[in-house]
Amino acid sequence: MALDSKMNRVFKVVGTRPPRPDGVEKVTGRAMYGADATAPGMLVGRILRSPHAHAIIKSIDVSAAEALKGVKAVVTAADFGVPDDLSIRDVQDNCMAQGKALYHGHAVAAVAANTAAIASQALKLIKVRYEVLPHVTDVDEAMRPGAPIVQEARALENVAAGFSENVTSQCEFGHGDLEVGFAKADKVIERSFTTAATHQGYIEPHACLASMSPDGKGDLWCCTQGQFQVRTLCAEIMGMDASQLRVTASEIGGGFGGKTTVFIEPVALALSRKSGRPVKIVMTRDEVFKATGPTVSSSMDVKIGMTNDGRITAAQAQLRYQGGAFPCGTVEMGAQSAFACYNLDAVHTVGWNVLTNRPKEAAYRAPGAPMAIYAVESVVDELCQELGLDPLNVRLKNASTKGTKSSYGPTFDDIGLRATLEAAKAHPHCSAPLGPNQGRGLSCGFWFNFGGNTCVSLNINTDGTVGITEGNPDIGGSRAAISQMAAEELGVPYDKVRTIIADTNSLGYNDVTDGSRVTFSVGLATIEAARNAIKVMCGRVAKIWGIDEDAVIWEDGCAKPSGANAGDFTPMSIEEIAAISSNTGGPIAGHFEVNADGAGVSFGVHLADVEVDPETGATKILRYTVFQDAGKAVHPDYVEGQMQGGAVQGIGWALNEEYIYGKDGLLQNAGFLDYRVPVASDLPNIETVILEIPNPGHPYGVRGVGETPIVPPLATLSNAVARAIGIRLFELPMSPPKLLKAIRQKG
Amino acid sequence: MRNLHISTSVNGDQTEFVCAPDETLLDVLRNRLGLTGAKEGCGTGDCGACSVTLNGRLVCSCLVLGVEAEGAEIGTVEGLAMGDHLHPLQRNFIDHAALQCGICTPGILVAAKALLEKNPNPTDEEIRYWLAGNLCRCTGYDKIIKAVQIAAAEMRGA
Amino acid sequence: MVKVTIWGSLRSATDGQVEVEVDARNFKELLDRLATEYPGLKPQIERGVSLALDGKIYREAWFTEIGPKSEVVLMPYMTGG
Repeated sequence: MALDSKMNRVFKVVGTRPPRPDGVEKVTGRAMYGADATAPGMLVGRILRSPHAHAIIKSIDVSAAEALKGVKAVVTAADFGVPDDLSIRDVQDNCMAQGKALYHGHAVAAVAANTAAIASQALKLIKVRYEVLPHVTDVDEAMRPGAPIVQEARALENVAAGFSENVTSQCEFGHGDLEVGFAKADKVIERSFTTAATHQGYIEPHACLASMSPDGKGDLWCCTQGQFQVRTLCAEIMGMDASQLRVTASEIGGGFGGKTTVFIEPVALALSRKSGRPVKIVMTRDEVFKATGPTVSSSMDVKIGMTNDGRITAAQAQLRYQGGAFPCGTVEMGAQSAFACYNLDAVHTVGWNVLTNRPKEAAYRAPGAPMAIYAVESVVDELCQELGLDPLNVRLKNASTKGTKSSYGPTFDDIGLRATLEAAKAHPHCSAPLGPNQGRGLSCGFWFNFGGNTCVSLNINTDGTVGITEGNPDIGGSRAAISQMAAEELGVPYDKVRTIIADTNSLGYNDVTDGSRVTFSVGLATIEAARNAIKVMCGRVAKIWGIDEDAVIWEDGCAKPSGANAGDFTPMSIEEIAAISSNTGGPIAGHFEVNADGAGVSFGVHLADVEVDPETGATKILRYTVFQDAGKAVHPDYVEGQMQGGAVQGIGWALNEEYIYGKDGLLQNAGFLDYRVPVASDLPNIETVILEIPNPGHPYGVRGVGETPIVPPLATLSNAVARAIGIRLFELPMSPPKLLKAIRQKG
Repeated sequence: MRNLHISTSVNGDQTEFVCAPDETLLDVLRNRLGLTGAKEGCGTGDCGACSVTLNGRLVCSCLVLGVEAEGAEIGTVEGLAMGDHLHPLQRNFIDHAALQCGICTPGILVAAKALLEKNPNPTDEEIRYWLAGNLCRCTGYDKIIKAVQIAAAEMRGA
Repeated sequence: MVKVTIWGSLRSATDGQVEVEVDARNFKELLDRLATEYPGLKPQIERGVSLALDGKIYREAWFTEIGPKSEVVLMPYMTGG
């Protein structure tokens, strides 16, 4: 789907900021989220979780729990089969431990009861005998031979010798001759970094309502980024046909990648099947932290060489990511994106994925990229300091551009990094004065962006208004953007279009709302569906007028003769055409199904001013500006919202957020009091500058925008702190105690 | 534990319910009264998604017992709009994109309304500190602060 | 013939070659030929790969046509958040 050749088109609806269609529901409390649904006869489900980091489950005695009055079902791993597909088996094992508890909080049994109080009481009556095993939660320790083995025989054929069995995969990317490159450098800096695991931190805990009937049909309501993915996973785990399990996505209270898999849904289905009643499970915040997807934690080495005038001559990175108790591929994306911002003759990255006794990693906004780019951007910044060079000019000098062979292989097409850097350079923020203990930091960021499987059904109602059915949960205003693109293409006002999100029986398969794909892919499918509907309408009008279909064009919501030769006819509006649709062939619709490709990569540049309090080690952000290429901003408010929200998640990652494990392998801060996400008083306004370098792969030039903004804040703040107080930390988060310690050591 | 019978007022309506002695006001609102606008984000008073007013005071309803509602006046997000007329905060949150996923929105609206009743002309910093107990993970707060300011100005008749 | 760039960790399956040449007109043919001619690549291809054609990343599109001068890069199958 190439960019429209008439790209100098003047948009009428795209680029405006209309109110979102779900706005009123959400400000009045009427919107239905995961935990808000009920069903007649509904039971409450609760899950028992492992108190150990690593333990063999010797036996589970559920008899006392089953005997408790009001308990209607108890399930354990014995109630599930063993899926053939290994990746499905991993998902199932993560939902309900099979033989071994792999992390603190791993589910081992579940009950459904009449009330929450009875369900909680029943959990206490379940007797689990554990044989506690040695555990490992640190990535570097887990890699060493002799480390406790989390899962045996999971390593792929590509892992080099000399590691423990916890190293499950290895990847390697790059081109050019490093030795030659480093030899050309005037200065080479090599540093090691660590970053903590962070949680997506969506405010809505996972919740679902499952209803299985004795004839094998099932209905599932849940908060998810992808109802079709939930159906695939649950149907496989439950041994059901996809057609018999209808999954409806509720409104979703945040996801950021963390709601792209299942945790409680198969458990609720199993409890419902066993009890014959609908079962609702809502996680507590404690469960969310212990048993749902944090991101990977990392240990990394980066080496970069630079000439005195700021040209990078060679760059190298080793990335070690732990993704919890199951294999994952996140390090591959880190290794590919680490140096994506730079045009390099010699670049090489190696990555290892490692098992530990921690919850299974789940995707989190640009998974794998923020930590790798943090390490790279820190070393680039240190080189600039050492060589006395301007960090923005150095980045401009080395920035990837059209024709650059990227660090992950392909040659870049039209990209916006240079334009974004130029915009930052020209911005008043760049030259604003700074006071004592204050510093300015800068970092680039990158994300691939994806397309994927997408279906859109667009119906022209008999009054000429438009109904759109799509299959991707709306996390941040996408229904508005989809309606805008339909209105634009059809030439009708925005408020004549209503977009809804379908359940799994109402539309073909849609990939999860991830990879910054929705406005790009669903938008693209909507534009094509609208074009198909227009074709039908023009065909009908051609018959009415008795002329060739080709002689009818669509403009401003009307069918018109294409020119003087086509004949002299009064244009027919969409309302007129719709009103007589039953006379002209029946209902009018357009639909489009595609596995969308061509999502253009996205770059961003962040600029931050901080002040570090030498007495407390606290970092205050004084000013923050985000520059990002959006291709085409369909609804600029929500593009800015992605840029601001992503930036603040990255700020939390840089300054405060971390999973803290004790020596006992237990998670010590499973709550918002001790896992501190940024609050309003921590932050300044987040200024935004949207650039629009059209994506050649979308009719309107749209690029995904959701993920890139979480990438730059990590190094932006680390670089700002380094320049504020002359101390560079090589670990995240830069929490006040760590910074204070560093300040005192420096003296 | 026997359930207790409670008489209270919710959004100006006389309301009666029974609840267990250890049941939270949030659970009462959501599970017994069908008012699911208040959300449970943490159950420990850290996120503010369950914010309501109790006799005019802003509270986390997950930290209040249902029985404490006896004889009290409860205000929830469902009581913000007058009929089909949205409260200026509600309208400005929509018009200025101050919500993305919307899960924190009911709590933030209730909290912001409570602020503006005390302080009709707050500074940005006052809004940021007042709302520091209401977590939002999507927006970075920027548009929320701006929408509260615009609503405040409108309510002052400025 | 199409030139395909192989990422680092797969080069053990191609005798260390960074680029290999196979006879293919589309992605399906290309992946089939790679798996046949370089059996060491087969496990990864079965686990999932993406392909970049002239800088544009495709995840699963078998019938994407490849021109003789196209730049083709094999990449791991990727997901987002």
